[in-house]
Amino acid sequence: MLLIPCPWCGPRDEAEFGYGGQAHVPYPQDPAALSDREWARYLFFRDNPKGPHAERWCHSAGCRRWFNAVRNTATNEVLAVYRVGEPRPVTG
Amino acid sequence: MVEHVEKHSPLGGFAARLAAATRASGGAVRLAELPFLTQVNVRLDAKGPAADAVRLALGIPLPVAPNTMVRGGGLAALWLGPDEWLVVGPPGTASGLEARLRGAVGGTHAAVTDVSAQRTALLVAGPRSRDLLAHGTSLDLHPRSFGPGRCAQTLLARAQVVLAARDERRPGFWLLVRSSFAGYLAEWLLDAAVEYAEPPS
Repeated sequence: MLLIPCPWCGPRDEAEFGYGGQAHVPYPQDPAALSDREWARYLFFRDNPKGPHAERWCHSAGCRRWFNAVRNTATNEVLAVYRVGEPRPVTG
Repeated sequence: MVEHVEKHSPLGGFAARLAAATRASGGAVRLAELPFLTQVNVRLDAKGPAADAVRLALGIPLPVAPNTMVRGGGLAALWLGPDEWLVVGPPGTASGLEARLRGAVGGTHAAVTDVSAQRTALLVAGPRSRDLLAHGTSLDLHPRSFGPGRCAQTLLARAQVVLAARDERRPGFWLLVRSSFAGYLAEWLLDAAVEYAEPPS
């Protein structure tokens, strides 16, 4: 099982967490101005890298806070965790 | 017609079996329900004036360090999140405690909610209590990392619990579990405790 370090509670079992998809996907400034194609791109298109990926997690069975994590999608290694609103840290 | 409503604890029917498991273990594990504890959920800005007001009203501060608990004056304040705490008190004091907290936070941006019926409490104590809980949680319960004053919201045997270490020298824990999960968790604890029963002589 993955051990995910919650920025509040410390390392906990993966089973305590919920996955929230890619992080840092900003809501469009003026959604009404978008074309259907741009809106669809915002709604449905996400990165799918092999390697470090910034994503949202929620510690649902613990403090119930959302936070961001940089996870290597190839090795499942959690490279960094940081709180919502903080910029993505530089990871090697 | 007014019907008399009797209060039932979620584990009322388990008392005899929990006591029997305690006896069978020869004191290695102690299991018992602590029914009807007063529990009030408090949400407020830890850096705001409401936190100070609550500290004065309760006589104990709301802990700001994650996974810690502060006890005093018959109350315990457990950290649940950066802006959320659970204040636990003796049975039957819910309305008084809620009123005290509501008075303290006043008109600030805060929430005080009586959640006494949400969870019941179990006492898991004795020299093998750590081993018993380790069957169902990956948390390190050694006093070095989970000593007195520590608490945690985690999964025990896949059931969501609030686990708190009693501040006594002998190992012991409080387990706050949602009422609808209490029966399942009690069955699980009784099953896990079979291992620590003394062989019949």
